[in-house]
Amino acid sequence: MRNPEQPQPYRELGLADDEYARIQQILGRRPTDAELAMYSVMWSEHCSYKSSKVHLRYFGETTTEAMRRRMLAGIGDNAGVVEVGDGWAVTFKIESHNHPSYVEPYQGAATGVGGIVRDIMAMGARPIAVADSLRFGQATAPDTARVLPGAVAGIAGYGNCLGLPNIGGEVVFDPSYAGNPLVNALCVGAMRVSDLHLAHATGTGNKIVLFGSRTGRDGIGGVSVLASDSFSVHSGAHGGDHAATRRKLPSVQVGDPFTEKVLIECCLELFGAGLVVGIQDLGGAGLACATSELASAGDGGMRVDLDAVPLRAAGMTPAEILCSESQERMCAVVRPGDVDRFMAVCTRWDVTATVIGEVAGGERLVITRQGETVADVPPRTVAHEGPVYHRPVRRPSTQDTLQASTPERLQRPTTPEALRATVLRMVASPGLCSRAWVTDQYDRYVRGGTVLAQPHDAGMVRIDEATQRGIAVATDCNARYCALDPYLGTQLALAEAYRNVAVSGATPLAVTNCLNFGSPTDPGVMWQFEQAVRGLADGCAQLGIPVTGGNVSFYNQTGDVAILPTPVVGVLGVIDDVRRRIRTGLGGAGDELWLLGETRDEFGGSEWAHEVHGHLGGRPPAVDLAREQALGEVLAAASRDGLVSGAHDLSDGGLAQALVEACLVGGAGARVRLPAGFDPFVGLFAESSGRVLLSMPSEAVHRVRELCTDHGVPAARLGEVHAAPVLEIVDVGVFDLDELRAAWEGTLPALFGNS
Amino acid sequence: MSSSPTNASCRIGVITFPGSLDDVDAARAVRRAGAEPVVLWHADAELHGVDAVVVPGGFSYGDYLRAGAIAAHQPVVRAVVAAARRGTPVLGICNGFQILCEAGLLPGALVRNAGLHFVCRDQRLRVESATTAWTSRYSPGAEIVVPLKSMEGRYVAAASTLTELEGEGRIVLRYLGSSPNGAMHDIAGIASADGRVVGLMPHPEHAIDPLTGPSADGLDLFRAVVEAAGERYGPLSSTA
Repeated sequence: MRNPEQPQPYRELGLADDEYARIQQILGRRPTDAELAMYSVMWSEHCSYKSSKVHLRYFGETTTEAMRRRMLAGIGDNAGVVEVGDGWAVTFKIESHNHPSYVEPYQGAATGVGGIVRDIMAMGARPIAVADSLRFGQATAPDTARVLPGAVAGIAGYGNCLGLPNIGGEVVFDPSYAGNPLVNALCVGAMRVSDLHLAHATGTGNKIVLFGSRTGRDGIGGVSVLASDSFSVHSGAHGGDHAATRRKLPSVQVGDPFTEKVLIECCLELFGAGLVVGIQDLGGAGLACATSELASAGDGGMRVDLDAVPLRAAGMTPAEILCSESQERMCAVVRPGDVDRFMAVCTRWDVTATVIGEVAGGERLVITRQGETVADVPPRTVAHEGPVYHRPVRRPSTQDTLQASTPERLQRPTTPEALRATVLRMVASPGLCSRAWVTDQYDRYVRGGTVLAQPHDAGMVRIDEATQRGIAVATDCNARYCALDPYLGTQLALAEAYRNVAVSGATPLAVTNCLNFGSPTDPGVMWQFEQAVRGLADGCAQLGIPVTGGNVSFYNQTGDVAILPTPVVGVLGVIDDVRRRIRTGLGGAGDELWLLGETRDEFGGSEWAHEVHGHLGGRPPAVDLAREQALGEVLAAASRDGLVSGAHDLSDGGLAQALVEACLVGGAGARVRLPAGFDPFVGLFAESSGRVLLSMPSEAVHRVRELCTDHGVPAARLGEVHAAPVLEIVDVGVFDLDELRAAWEGTLPALFGNS
Repeated sequence: MSSSPTNASCRIGVITFPGSLDDVDAARAVRRAGAEPVVLWHADAELHGVDAVVVPGGFSYGDYLRAGAIAAHQPVVRAVVAAARRGTPVLGICNGFQILCEAGLLPGALVRNAGLHFVCRDQRLRVESATTAWTSRYSPGAEIVVPLKSMEGRYVAAASTLTELEGEGRIVLRYLGSSPNGAMHDIAGIASADGRVVGLMPHPEHAIDPLTGPSADGLDLFRAVVEAAGERYGPLSSTA
């Protein structure tokens, strides 16, 4: 600082008094502008996980050696990596881009895709598929008509241009997301096990190469301003001339998918040629993050010269260069003797690449600009030794009231006419209607490996054409269940994603998550968070599959009102031969329809209570993970032996919804008699977990029933598939498939326009 | 895996521009049809003696100008134009169709879909002309299902051009059912006057196997050219 008396604007950068004091203590002096900016962005909630860290440790504590067996990289790396057989490894991760997507839906969502794809590349993998988990305010709210089409167009515009098939995800509406939509982007990558690249800067003298787009003033402060503070209080940009608060461009970054596509191909050629020692993507906190993370994960010392960074704006300060979130950039560690070949590959792809520094002895990250040292810090203190908070955790007093308000007293339809009308209403409701308006804007075919995509329960892509090995992925979260009981609700999300992968015929292997919550300063929110983490970790331990990574997004609230707790769970599975995948639609005429699992009178948090009565209360459905596992084993055997012609998981909307979707997706009718033992309303709409609808040729029935008996899974015959285009539910009514299709497919186009 | 006849001597070039996306799929379709795919690089004015060329889909150069406009000026496209004038079969798919229009090999243009959204769907099509180099294996009037996935897929042309195309039987594929993009005359694909150059918006390379596409209806486009090359070179060999 030129004037040591002048107060530093650390609060405007989002640092607390004690955090600022700690920086001074670490450095033994006042931080420079550049250092202050680096610490402020890296110690933000988004980058440092300072409020969640103490809870996230529980994932590690509950992961056994057996669960780690297939794990090649896990929490703490850019993305988790699991071995899937035949020498193949798969990496996957979900990340939130919630706040930018509210401010600027198109670019916010687009750069969300771009960021997660670079995370996957940073593991040395070729990105092979994306999926998006989206949550918006009420479907009919005026602002949803701005945010939803914008976010969807952004995902389409970026993802389609990148050439990655979009194979799944979710679209959910709830008033709690009106001022705070959730855009969670997932990417899956594949690589040979031997090609795994970790973000390490090792080997003194190795060069640090920045490649991809030039660095500009876009997205500066994005991390600290957008992700670490509620909108209502983000007045950080006061009139001073301090570099990092001088926001001349919007804090939402602008994406360039073409540059990213070229960057992908360039990176893969570099990996293939063995020219990369370590690699790191530039995302939140830009170079500040990439250099400090690379250095602290490697030998510790690094020198960086900011004069070498290609800029697209004149007069950028060191702090701006370090914290810029310009998109489509990567940072590699390259042996000095390989630099020329590295540059030649970049030239072939027209990718700008520059040596900006080198791995150095010692344990300091030293950054210079025009001959002057602008930062001299121990990199671990920036990247990994940020503050850790033990935020107060308290179960809200309102939780008891919420659980006491049970759905039992809600008026239920009883006559066949009323039940029939309810089926049609539910099918057309925003919560359950067809998502084709959204997903038909995404390319699901590119790269030619997509075996299943929406509207199937899981997305599935082939990773090896010679062996037909493939992977499946599904994301789920019913946030209403999580509001009623965050521990069980999160286990229900895990159970559903697990089941969605299992019904495709794949075997679930690993879990990722994107934990979207309100403000960590609210003890009630922290209680929800703690419960969700424990529920997920305990559930994974029971299922024997590890959490390989994840993302936390706090401050999802409008004023004092938090979103519903939304821990999105992603499950990855493997299938030896994608030709044995199971489709969601019904099989051929004459096939028998069976329901696996148990139905109970469970309506707490259900779609019916929400849609018909606007009610949220009571308890979520019971969870039985042992049953889910047994169900998964039945399905894996059924896939392996080619026994079933279709399988669809039962979740939101219950059996009625599953039947309608299975008929419409398969293009076949069915005649169904609801199992005896409860009234038809419960049979149709209860949301009991652990259930699957199966269609199979009659000659397979004996074998499937044996499998069910062996695994302790109840199975009941529902009816059969027939050629006539009608769904008949005995004692309820007959539905023309055209009538169902019009109801199911009409809602989103009516709300958001015909495409 | 497929029992297609192969013709080892038939080589089909697939161009890669920066931003090409479906080049891997086009190469796979060429292989599945029994020919050898040859990688053609955008900056290379050389066609390496290939028997036919596929200009694949994607967003060449990001399509930040008009779709296909920058690609149309690359060295490899100049070589393609010269080869087409000598009768080499050329197939432009999606962005490839846009590029062939920009390069002047096909008339008309592709503009933004009427609905202003990207559209990805399994599209029913009618084969209107079975006399081109690429559609000779279909029966005229055959209905096929092939994925369509595009943002700028609405075919437009001057009235006189449309009359000429209709009159000369140069409309190769037409959309069936509700129009996906508002294309004039429901045009999904057209051919050059000599029937050697075909451009289409739907993606036949994504319809070569019911496992990964809605059908295998697209494979015959590639087979047609392989077969014709076989007739030139002699009988096909068959592999399991």
